[in-house]
Amino acid sequence: MKLDGKVGIVGYGCYVPMYRIKVEEIASVWGEDASRIKNGLLVEEKAIAGDDEDTATIAVEAARNAIKRASIAPEQIGAIYVGSESHPYVVKPTATIVGEALGVGNDYTAADLEFACKAGTAGIQMCLGLVKAGMIDYGLAIGADTAQGAPGDALEYTAASGGAAFVIGRKDVLAKVLATASFSSDTPDFWRRPFQHYPRHAARFTGAPAYFRHVGGAVNFLLEEMGMKANEFDHVVFHMPNGKFPLRMAKMLGIEKDKLENGFVVSKVGNTYSGSSLLGLCATLDKAKPGELILLASFGSGAGSDAFAIEVTELIEEKRELAPTFEYYLNRKVYVSYARYAKMRGKLKE
Amino acid sequence: MPHRSSVPLAWRRFEARYRLVGNRCANCGTVYFPPKAICPKCRRKGKLEKCQLKGEGKVYSYTIIHAAPSGFEKRVPYCIAIIELDEGPRVMGEVVGDLALLDIGARVRAVFRKIYEDGEDGIIHYGLKWELV
Ligand SMILES: [Zn+2]
Repeated sequence: MKLDGKVGIVGYGCYVPMYRIKVEEIASVWGEDASRIKNGLLVEEKAIAGDDEDTATIAVEAARNAIKRASIAPEQIGAIYVGSESHPYVVKPTATIVGEALGVGNDYTAADLEFACKAGTAGIQMCLGLVKAGMIDYGLAIGADTAQGAPGDALEYTAASGGAAFVIGRKDVLAKVLATASFSSDTPDFWRRPFQHYPRHAARFTGAPAYFRHVGGAVNFLLEEMGMKANEFDHVVFHMPNGKFPLRMAKMLGIEKDKLENGFVVSKVGNTYSGSSLLGLCATLDKAKPGELILLASFGSGAGSDAFAIEVTELIEEKRELAPTFEYYLNRKVYVSYARYAKMRGKLKE
Repeated sequence: MPHRSSVPLAWRRFEARYRLVGNRCANCGTVYFPPKAICPKCRRKGKLEKCQLKGEGKVYSYTIIHAAPSGFEKRVPYCIAIIELDEGPRVMGEVVGDLALLDIGARVRAVFRKIYEDGEDGIIHYGLKWELV
């Protein structure tokens, strides 16, 4: 899916809730060896939403930051897509709560998207299409989640909360999206049925046939389309279900490890699901220089991956100053105990 | 369930609750939040216009709640404060964030949060809280 080289990101913003829990704290509750888990997952702590936060509130905070960087009036937005697997309502969109909170007015199209952890990048693709077709001037795509693992499940060490928002347009672009490609297939590696509180996963099945096949597949489609090699990119961001998977993916594609460094948000915030690769992109844009190329690839179980080739423009330097960076949210933190975490996230049910 | 409020009533208040839209008198410059129907200073000479407040201010006064009304029990202890907005008006709301920073005069900014839920099957009420910065 080649674009015209004019459409891209005009504003980006992230939000990470302030509460953190350390791997040691969770491991001590279940009698597990914290250092073994940290070495296995490359995760030290994760971000947790407060009991008054959910996907809608995270989406609104991230979107406010994105609009500040875009320097547009909210009424100029013509489409809002919120990708999440933890929408606050089963029926009633998150996207319209975001539209109302931002003051977008009523002249916009909106929908909630669900595709495990890749629904946010699917929203970016939809906005790119609408902008390129000339149907809207600006689109807002958000990936946000308040992910939870069942108590005692391995997912509990990584399932985290956070989100990122992107204003897509063709005027004053801070990063051009040169092309995007997707790889999708029916692969049941991770799922949640209606009325179930926690997801289930096919343990080892989540690696080779799911994550690596789809992320690798989407990246290869993108490289073919661009006529490029993976190591020509300056920065690389892959979906981060843990720290190991993106590093192994990079190795398989012949990408040096240090290119993942700026966007490697997983070790300190965990896996924020639909927010994961997009938070990584925000952290990368916070540091990238004009002219640099970014490779982004999401992954959603079920399964699919969206890959993007992004070129940073001159505008990045002035726009980056207009809203809080990822690092600001990373340093704004309060540690909580497992007991407080369980209370905050409704893990205690009578 | 004392908080089970009318859905249409909540809906009509979204603009003020979600976005801090007040009004400003074009005659004397006073900013009002919540918006007023007439400017009490200028009466008939006043001219009120919609005004988007910035959402920044400071703690004017606060109290810590230990015995919460029904629906808020899980949040105790929490802080309810009067916030003096930079534009002038004072509003009441919950202060969130690192409460170690709480003090009279502490700077706060508006954040979008869940206020309460009408039970397990009712609507979720969102609005603004004040985060210490
Ligand atoms: Zn007046």
